[in-house]
Amino acid sequence: MVIMDKNSNIKKENIIEIKDVSFKYGEEEELAVKNVNLNVQSGEFISILGHNGSGKSTLAKLINSILLPFEGNVLVKGMNTKDKEKLWEIRSTAGMVFQNPDNQLVGTVVEEDVAFGPENQGVDPKLIRKIVDESLKKVDMFEYRKRPPHLLSGGQKQRIAIAGVLALNSDCIILDEPTAMLDPEGRKEVMDTIKMLNKEQNKTIVLITHFMDEAVEADRVIIMDEGELKLEGSPRDVFSKVEQIKKYGLDVPQVTELAKELKMEGIKLSDNIIHVEELVSELCQLK
Amino acid sequence: MSIKIENLTFKYSEGTQFETKALDNINMEIKKGEFIGIIGHTGSGKSTLIQHFNGLMKPEEGDVIVEGKSLKNKKTKLKLIRQTVGLVFQYPEYQLFEETVYQDVAYGPKNLELDEKEIKKRVKYALELVGFDYEEIKDRSPFDLSGGQKRRAAIAGVLAMKPEYLVLDEPTAGLDPAGRNEILGQIEKLHKKSKITVILVSHSMEDIARLVKYIYVLNKGKLHMEGTPKEIYSQSEELKRIGLGVPQIVDIMKELKEKGFEVNTNIFNIQDAKNEILKVIRSNENV
Repeated sequence: MVIMDKNSNIKKENIIEIKDVSFKYGEEEELAVKNVNLNVQSGEFISILGHNGSGKSTLAKLINSILLPFEGNVLVKGMNTKDKEKLWEIRSTAGMVFQNPDNQLVGTVVEEDVAFGPENQGVDPKLIRKIVDESLKKVDMFEYRKRPPHLLSGGQKQRIAIAGVLALNSDCIILDEPTAMLDPEGRKEVMDTIKMLNKEQNKTIVLITHFMDEAVEADRVIIMDEGELKLEGSPRDVFSKVEQIKKYGLDVPQVTELAKELKMEGIKLSDNIIHVEELVSELCQLK
Repeated sequence: MSIKIENLTFKYSEGTQFETKALDNINMEIKKGEFIGIIGHTGSGKSTLIQHFNGLMKPEEGDVIVEGKSLKNKKTKLKLIRQTVGLVFQYPEYQLFEETVYQDVAYGPKNLELDEKEIKKRVKYALELVGFDYEEIKDRSPFDLSGGQKRRAAIAGVLAMKPEYLVLDEPTAGLDPAGRNEILGQIEKLHKKSKITVILVSHSMEDIARLVKYIYVLNKGKLHMEGTPKEIYSQSEELKRIGLGVPQIVDIMKELKEKGFEVNTNIFNIQDAKNEILKVIRSNENV
């Protein structure tokens, strides 16, 4: 058994490799994605931030072959997204969850919806039963399997969409603003599910979000602007660059902003606070 | 003058096993000139409630009285009510459809059969009210605008009807932080400048905390709490119990207090938090 330790030096396989990729829509002059290079390791949790129109959703669509690069190559588990014969294998390796839960559920009952993927893959019906049950259990929605999706809350619908990706046995889950339309409880449900899948199931997560408090949960944060990859690093490093982040039309978590304001008033605090508990414990030491 | 809700109850699928009370005996009065917030988890009844404000849904039990006119009274002209109370739905940019921004905003006033001069006046008024340069924007295609701009254009379409009450359902959902600030800033200005009554429905506790003077909290179709932001956010445990949250700043102040830091916990923006923490630290230093 290989012990997967995020701090160890074991060289892990890159599940996604984006090499010198540029993309533009139709005949447009301007590139939506400009010369992006990015590798994502198997089991890694990355989050991509950027304002509307910065190219982050385009990048996600390039990963699972909904869009093809204008220049450069995207490899998913070594498969080139331009290889038409590998299309379904690529899409089941890197499954996608979109923003609007109502636009991606197709079944009339929950379990039918989750079964949609494996059915299309031609999986043996007996096995499908098992896959669907297991996938629903992983997102904690098994008891809702007979319900029609429209009677579920937004957070529950998104978890069903995630179960649909799990049913394809995807190693990597790409989520494009999965919580944008959810209430605080729904957001928490979805984020807890994502974190669990990453930690316990070792799924690679690519999370596109506008919420800074979600991005701080990732191993690595990527900031895009004007189609280019502008900043990259641990949440702590990236969010310490408050001014730069704001320049890209983004924000830092409220706690980071408060810590910075207090520092400017001469209070001695660490440089890169991103969690509430950190600020509270540092302030308590000053008391 | 006001929008008055009296003992309003609304049931979905009445008489079937799925019967649910979407609204359960709601009473509230929104007075002219106020800026109020309505919060609640998904399915708490917020959207059903606001659709009663302008007569899109008719009161089945109880009554809605807009500027003294009962929506139960058959003589009440709904067309007039809808002019008085403008409703901006979620993702209003999906409703943009004309070739130019001008035509889109002019659509409502045209249906009022106003003359061309008045229409132009209103389009200009509405576009300027949401912060656009009229000459610069009027001939552009709504589809070439950024996310935040599209949404402002859609709001202008409602403002061109010169409503006295503006109801906004999740106006910042799906926008990046810059887009969020742009929309909220414009709404704030709009309220100050035109004295229009604003009713903001949102999942974002930060947005609500920043803008509104009074909050109504819905839970399972019932009016669960109401009060000033200070009163509401001081009940953070209760808010979390019903699937809502509090701004991160409230959590920070509460934790500090629990750790023995003598801060006032009735604070929900960064500036106030900074001043309060500095005050406590500096008074400790002087002892």
